[in-house]
Amino acid sequence: MGRFHRHDDGTTHSHDHDHAGHDHHHGHPHDHDHEHGHPHEHPHDHEHTPDPERAELIGDHSGYSTGGERIQVLERIFDENDRAAETNRSLLDTADVTAINLMSSPGAGKTTLLVATLSALQDRVRCGVIEGDIETSIDADRLEGFGAQISLLNTGDGFGGECHLDAPMVATALTRLNLEDLDLLFIENVGNLVCPAEFDVGAHRRAMVASVTEGEDKPLKYPVMFRSVDAVVINKIDLLPYLDFDIDQFQANITAINPTATIFLTSTKTGEGLHEWIDWVQSGTVN
Amino acid sequence: MHELSLCRSIGSIVEKVAEGRRVAVVEIEVGHLRQVVPETLVHCWTLITQGTDLANSRLEIQEKPCIVACQDCDKETTLTESPILECGFCTSKNVTLIAGEEFMVTSLVLED
Repeated sequence: MGRFHRHDDGTTHSHDHDHAGHDHHHGHPHDHDHEHGHPHEHPHDHEHTPDPERAELIGDHSGYSTGGERIQVLERIFDENDRAAETNRSLLDTADVTAINLMSSPGAGKTTLLVATLSALQDRVRCGVIEGDIETSIDADRLEGFGAQISLLNTGDGFGGECHLDAPMVATALTRLNLEDLDLLFIENVGNLVCPAEFDVGAHRRAMVASVTEGEDKPLKYPVMFRSVDAVVINKIDLLPYLDFDIDQFQANITAINPTATIFLTSTKTGEGLHEWIDWVQSGTVN
Repeated sequence: MHELSLCRSIGSIVEKVAEGRRVAVVEIEVGHLRQVVPETLVHCWTLITQGTDLANSRLEIQEKPCIVACQDCDKETTLTESPILECGFCTSKNVTLIAGEEFMVTSLVLED
């Protein structure tokens, strides 16, 4: 589960100091205490030889002396977001709603997959969608007509728009939904394989859509995204006869990055493979 | 790509801790698994602090390597190039991440 894998068990363990790849020496053994939500402090000094020009650029001024008072902070930069995410999750739990954070690059077929999913679940599962887009209601409009509650979130804010949804944005969108009338909530994130992986929005499960037009190496290029999800939907498989796409290599790359991810092969055009995906979606609901 | 919103989060932590005192340096730690570009983060810091009390403050970034501990052979590996989390000694993927996801404000240095 990538960055959300936070050693919830709170285990304490010690390590030998045999590191591949670099040399360093320690005079004493140490313990790591991994508690929920805490950063992994690793008390080794890893000496790197800095590139002076780059060091100047990124603000490594360790050679300078600064005379002012130093205040220790040790505050995780995602803390505020993660607290809001926990609040979102509690709200959803109270209403017995299971939320799925759905991510992908732009154009992989998230919205089309959602349309097919809402259509299949209509009259069986009460669905809601938080639709994240930088601008326009085009995608939200496509999801109308299947009995689902839709909450549109446009992230445009004058800086060109946020490239991801964060937990406070989702908290706002949740206020526009009647959670008591829902079993399942899809949070359709902004199309982007980088930023959405970093932000917990309060969903219970995370899935991504990748399409066969994107290239086999995507899992290796975007490992944080592929590692962060429970399921990968490989979409547009109807196009395979027309492409030089090695689907076995693609699946092997996904498994190398995320050995526990469930993989689905789908075509939203022909309907192939959608059954398995919809079963997975339904298997997570409370009711 | 999300460095601007990250800088806003850093800014709110700094403002809360500084309580109006002038800040010279903001020190943060960034693990290599974080999808943060240090140069972009520094650039965004100058953008979001313009015209604020933090306008003259400097963001200093300490990069932290990605380290995994092998559950099979008990050894630790520092990963530099490969995106695959596996043991450098026995190639097991049964590893626990022990460093590389850091992303925190570690300290502030106030102006004299």
